[in-house]
Amino acid sequence: MRESKIKLSGITKTFPGVRALHNVELELFKGEVTALIGENGAGKSTLVKTMTGIYQPDSGDIFIAGQKVELLSPHDAFSLGITAIHQETVLFDELSVAENIFLGHSPKTRLRTIDWRKLNSDARALLDDMGAGHINADAKLKDISIANKHLVAVARALSVESDVVIMDEPTAALSHKEIEDLFVLVDKLKNDGKAILFISHKFDEIYKIADRYTVFRDGEMVGSGVLADTTQSQIVQMMVGRSVEQIFPKRNAAIGSPVLQVKDYNHPTEFADIGFELNEGEILGFYGLVGAGRSELMHSLFGITRPSSGTLIAQGNVVSLKSPADAIDAGIVYLPEERGKQGVILDWPIFENISLPSLQSTSKNGFLQLAKEFALARKYAERLDLRAASFSQNAGTLSGGNQQKVVIAKWLAMEPNVIILDEPTKGIDIGSKAAVHSFMGELVSEGLSVIMVSSEIPEVMGMSDRIVVMREGRIVNIFKNDDDLTAEMLIRTAAGIEDSVA
Amino acid sequence: MIKISRSHEFWLFIVILMMILGTSFRSPGFSSPGKLIEIFNDSSMLIILALGQMAVILTRSIDLSMASNLALSGMIVALINAAYPAIPVPALMLIATLSGLMLGVFNGTLIWWLGIPSIVVTLGTLTIYRGVIFLIAGGKWVNADAFSESFIQYTRVEFLGIPALAWYAILIVIAFYIFMTRTSTGRSIYAIGINPNAALYAGINIGKTKFLTFCISGALSGFCGYLWVSRYVIGSVEVAKGYELTVVAACVIGGISIAGGVGSVVGAVLGALFLGFISNALPVIGVSPFWQLAISGGAIILAVIINASSQKSGKRLILKQSEAKS
Repeated sequence: MRESKIKLSGITKTFPGVRALHNVELELFKGEVTALIGENGAGKSTLVKTMTGIYQPDSGDIFIAGQKVELLSPHDAFSLGITAIHQETVLFDELSVAENIFLGHSPKTRLRTIDWRKLNSDARALLDDMGAGHINADAKLKDISIANKHLVAVARALSVESDVVIMDEPTAALSHKEIEDLFVLVDKLKNDGKAILFISHKFDEIYKIADRYTVFRDGEMVGSGVLADTTQSQIVQMMVGRSVEQIFPKRNAAIGSPVLQVKDYNHPTEFADIGFELNEGEILGFYGLVGAGRSELMHSLFGITRPSSGTLIAQGNVVSLKSPADAIDAGIVYLPEERGKQGVILDWPIFENISLPSLQSTSKNGFLQLAKEFALARKYAERLDLRAASFSQNAGTLSGGNQQKVVIAKWLAMEPNVIILDEPTKGIDIGSKAAVHSFMGELVSEGLSVIMVSSEIPEVMGMSDRIVVMREGRIVNIFKNDDDLTAEMLIRTAAGIEDSVA
Repeated sequence: MIKISRSHEFWLFIVILMMILGTSFRSPGFSSPGKLIEIFNDSSMLIILALGQMAVILTRSIDLSMASNLALSGMIVALINAAYPAIPVPALMLIATLSGLMLGVFNGTLIWWLGIPSIVVTLGTLTIYRGVIFLIAGGKWVNADAFSESFIQYTRVEFLGIPALAWYAILIVIAFYIFMTRTSTGRSIYAIGINPNAALYAGINIGKTKFLTFCISGALSGFCGYLWVSRYVIGSVEVAKGYELTVVAACVIGGISIAGGVGSVVGAVLGALFLGFISNALPVIGVSPFWQLAISGGAIILAVIINASSQKSGKRLILKQSEAKS
């Protein structure tokens, strides 16, 4: 008899402009590992945050062991036996391993002070029990390896009577050997009767460790079942299939000679052996899973990080980018992924946002010329169909889509040759998405070249001339986007699934 | 940005006005033009210093060495004037400003090249600069009789009924207003404070811009070094001791956000005037020095609360609008 540990029913969560979860069902059972699968932005993280009390759902119920509960804070979730091991471990570098494990529920002496002796011996016992006897419980967390930090996070999860353990991409930062060790531990947790939710992009891991699966797409649950009865192709199909086919603009840009050549780009930790060409009038898509190194590569092309070796040729000249200012001079601009944090200044008027990178050209002898700034803002805002009552209005009052247009406008005003768009339509509504897409078409027909980093398959396939697929910091393949290319091929390449499995 | 700070400055202005009116009830003649000019004149150095501090704070930094810089630069010109009374005072003003600038460059270089937080660097130079005064003056004071007449008069001569000291402040305020609102460097200073990431991506050199703000605060401190020594006719190790905190207080009361990127020249000036008013007016109506300190302290906390709440309501507005749209 399977025993339900936690059941989510009809969970819906909306953020302004985005429906993150819609009527989601999920049930986890004692002694079973359930894999949660979905593209980036499918709602996996939102679900984890809902289960751990960080977000409260707009509607829907959560049942723990058959009892309806409300998780109003992470503490509620913790005390009800739900623990999460996050992708990037949320632990304290300056505290010892033992302190990290018991932070918030340390054993106390009769005087209500921390019982250090018991704390350390309990931590020791717990680590030994997990088969992690090599970790020194007294060591400061910052002195141990990432893999060991994960083990400490697991130990923390085990230090309370938790019934439900959520693992959010726990293997992303681990080596093969460390992943094997983690799996041994997951098996142990399973045998101890915990219900485990395992989130991973890697199919080989999922098939190795999980019993059941649940697939999310666009915030909805699109399928679930027993892994043994399901092929990888079926799961990929569920991930990709779209209820509404998006229409992408046709464009007729003549593809010319290379404007950007990247040769042997290497970085000590983020990427290696990167080489590709970008041609005039081309949209080059970059597809890969989270952590494939795409954004990091783009940062190096914009002078934010510097590669350890490699050559960059822009417009036939070898250039060395030491700062974003150098990249802008070389005609390269970058539209960052985190719009609010890196792209748009919410408390500033629209026109000041647009003119910020162009201050050199709109000012005279260092003095601003507001009329010129307004003219610049008007020119590009009209081109982008940016809707605002006034250009003096703060950018923060605009919708996400219009904010994105502000960012695009400010870069266009620089009259670049190459524009790098990092997840240009992430988190914006359908209408604005279409506007951004049609605008990309216009850009290339005017001779610009576009690099588009995107994790959305339809967008990548709908917009790109060629698609670079990256995995674990390397380029695995560069596809020509013709009729032979399928979504399955992209996902397989990005996830590293062998062709023979199909 | 403009909206929030405007409301803050508006209310601060009202508060100052009400205090002037209230005081003149108790002490008729307090609101006479002559008395108001006197208060402004007294606040002149605080205004100039607050402007320099404001540029630094806008970039999410702080310059704690301003008062020590002022005292050291002041001591340098005091010693020069005492030894060579023939050197014209404008040259001494320039020397004081350059001395302050160099001390600012020292701060800025450590912060830019070595990446040390400004609070640490300037906490160190606060002590170092004071120590240097002791070294160059041999622990002695430069007394009133050592100064030349023109050295003293350059802050006192009146033009249109307003003393020169106040005129310096007025001119610097105007220049600073133009600098902050009408030049690309001023805009960059706001940009790196309000959103360093966006500024970096826009190709603004953050380190260099911060460096520049420390040069500005240094040069203004140096210039005030001359003003201080001339006005109070004394050069000593103790000059303006602890005054750096008064300068920071003026900025905070004036609505300049310690988190960076928000604040205006008008706000800094009003913040300085507010403190200048408290130290001038309260003794007139017989308020004890303790209450003067308590009122200054209370004003700081009140200013922060007002700022925090006005920013919060701004965010709520954004959410409501986007909810309406979705």
